[in-house]
Amino acid sequence: MPVLFNAVQDGEPGFAMRRFSAFAIAREALRGHKGWGEQWASPEPREEYDVVIVGAGGHGLGAAYYLAAEHGITNVAVIEKGWLGGGNTGRNTTIIRSNYLYDESAGIYNHALNLWDGLSQELNYNVMYSARGVMMLAHNEHDRQSFQRHVHANRLNGVDNEWLTPEQAKSFCPPLNISREARYPVVGAALQRRGGVARHDAVAWGYARGASARGVHIIQNCEVTGIRRARQGHVTGVETSRGFIGARKVGVVAAGHSSVLMQMAGVKVPLESYPLQALVSEPVKPVFPCVVMSNTVHAYISQSDKGELVIGAGTDQYNSYSQTGGVHILTHTLEAICEMFPIFTRMKMLRSWGGIVDVTPDRSPILAKTPVPGLYVNCGWGTGGFKATPGSAHVFAHTIARDEPHPINAPFTLERFRTGRLIDEAAAAAVAH
Amino acid sequence: MLLIRCPYCEEDRPELEFRHAGQAHIARPANMAEISDEEFEEYFFIRQNPKGLYFERWRHIHGCARFFNAARDTVSDKFVKTYKAGEKKPSVAKPKAPPAKRAAAQPASAKAAPKKAAPTKAAAKPARKAPAKRASTGGTKTRRGANKP
Repeated sequence: MPVLFNAVQDGEPGFAMRRFSAFAIAREALRGHKGWGEQWASPEPREEYDVVIVGAGGHGLGAAYYLAAEHGITNVAVIEKGWLGGGNTGRNTTIIRSNYLYDESAGIYNHALNLWDGLSQELNYNVMYSARGVMMLAHNEHDRQSFQRHVHANRLNGVDNEWLTPEQAKSFCPPLNISREARYPVVGAALQRRGGVARHDAVAWGYARGASARGVHIIQNCEVTGIRRARQGHVTGVETSRGFIGARKVGVVAAGHSSVLMQMAGVKVPLESYPLQALVSEPVKPVFPCVVMSNTVHAYISQSDKGELVIGAGTDQYNSYSQTGGVHILTHTLEAICEMFPIFTRMKMLRSWGGIVDVTPDRSPILAKTPVPGLYVNCGWGTGGFKATPGSAHVFAHTIARDEPHPINAPFTLERFRTGRLIDEAAAAAVAH
Repeated sequence: MLLIRCPYCEEDRPELEFRHAGQAHIARPANMAEISDEEFEEYFFIRQNPKGLYFERWRHIHGCARFFNAARDTVSDKFVKTYKAGEKKPSVAKPKAPPAKRAAAQPASAKAAPKKAAPTKAAAKPARKAPAKRASTGGTKTRRGANKP
């Protein structure tokens, strides 16, 4: 049985990871599936690490994975307050696309999209990336002009995006109501064929497994309560609920709690945290072939491989850390879904939940060094960070390892709110703000 | 959905009647043309975003249409108090965020200085209603569920 990695470090045995293959499945089928074992180790924390990542979501675990796999830095710990992938990684609507307007955004989101393509093979873990197409509906003249501008800008940046007539949109997504009498008439649509969905949990698990196999420590149920700094200012480690853990570098990847953590290090960040909700229906047979988004009436929907319709609702209007949101926000989205897809009016919704998203003033992420030496931050992904997971993790690992940003994330600084070099996707997303 | 007490109408009304209007007690610098980029960033972009007690502005947009302030816990979403624009920040005893510490974190709001107007026209309007000296105004980005999944 081939073992992918058996890292040995500091005299400690690393985690032996068994490779998934057709042969392994056949072998385990004959053995009653008793040989799979744990997918990642749960070691006791060391006294000190080269790098501590705070937050074991997709972005954090991915950064740890790339630190080990591409930069040879394996003395790394990922510290997580709850369980890995239990925050926004496990709460999003799993949509992947890269059709952002500005060059900087196209750069980072398309970098992610390119990595999504080969991620299952790279991790030897099926993240179920399915490029089934993301279609954004235009309902009025403003939408049409705005989306066509996006299509052109995207093509110039090498991002696939094309314009569809209502009839073409209907044939790409048959449940769509394109009647002229519809409450929200469809005047066209922008389609990114490479867009789609992936299995969100598998992304966290795959990165965790790959990182663990390379010697990275994943420490769950361990809350960071402080960030310790030396007199000269640089980071020396983190205070946690399991005691002090030393670190030469600390990367904060804590989504909605980023500002809470950054405050521990005395860094002010332009973030506000809001609850964002999603919900799923009862599972049904395959009925919905792609992802459809409508920014104007605020609805987006896809069907998971389990058969559930996955529907994203909006944020609440007020700052909150409650991980729950108002029912009227869900109702608003469901009303729009039922207008556009009358076929779903009698579906029953199964579950709804909320995640806390950290929103920046320009709706673009902050992926950068901070004024504190040795402290790095990857935050501000707001309402749409899942799609960027591999790209974000990849360039964040580069930023930490080299102590300088990758060219792709160089524009996403913390200082841009001082210099005015914003990446104002807020205005570019054709969403009413 | 939150149930919010409008201090002007003196009634508990559903959240749908209100529009959230960002952090409260942010003083617009009187010498806007002279302040440094750092100070402008601090005023315009940086927000406290605390996990715990938060002082924020609301507008009773489908009621009396007036701005007022509220103290709310951002973990439980429970309102501790709502109070009229221009009134002093109430001292609310909360283990998570002692008021003394909050006040220290915001020296600008303690030091009087005429506080009026906010980054947008929408906010400038109610500021006129309240006594200019302590009108609590702040960054008003009216944000609807604008999400990019």
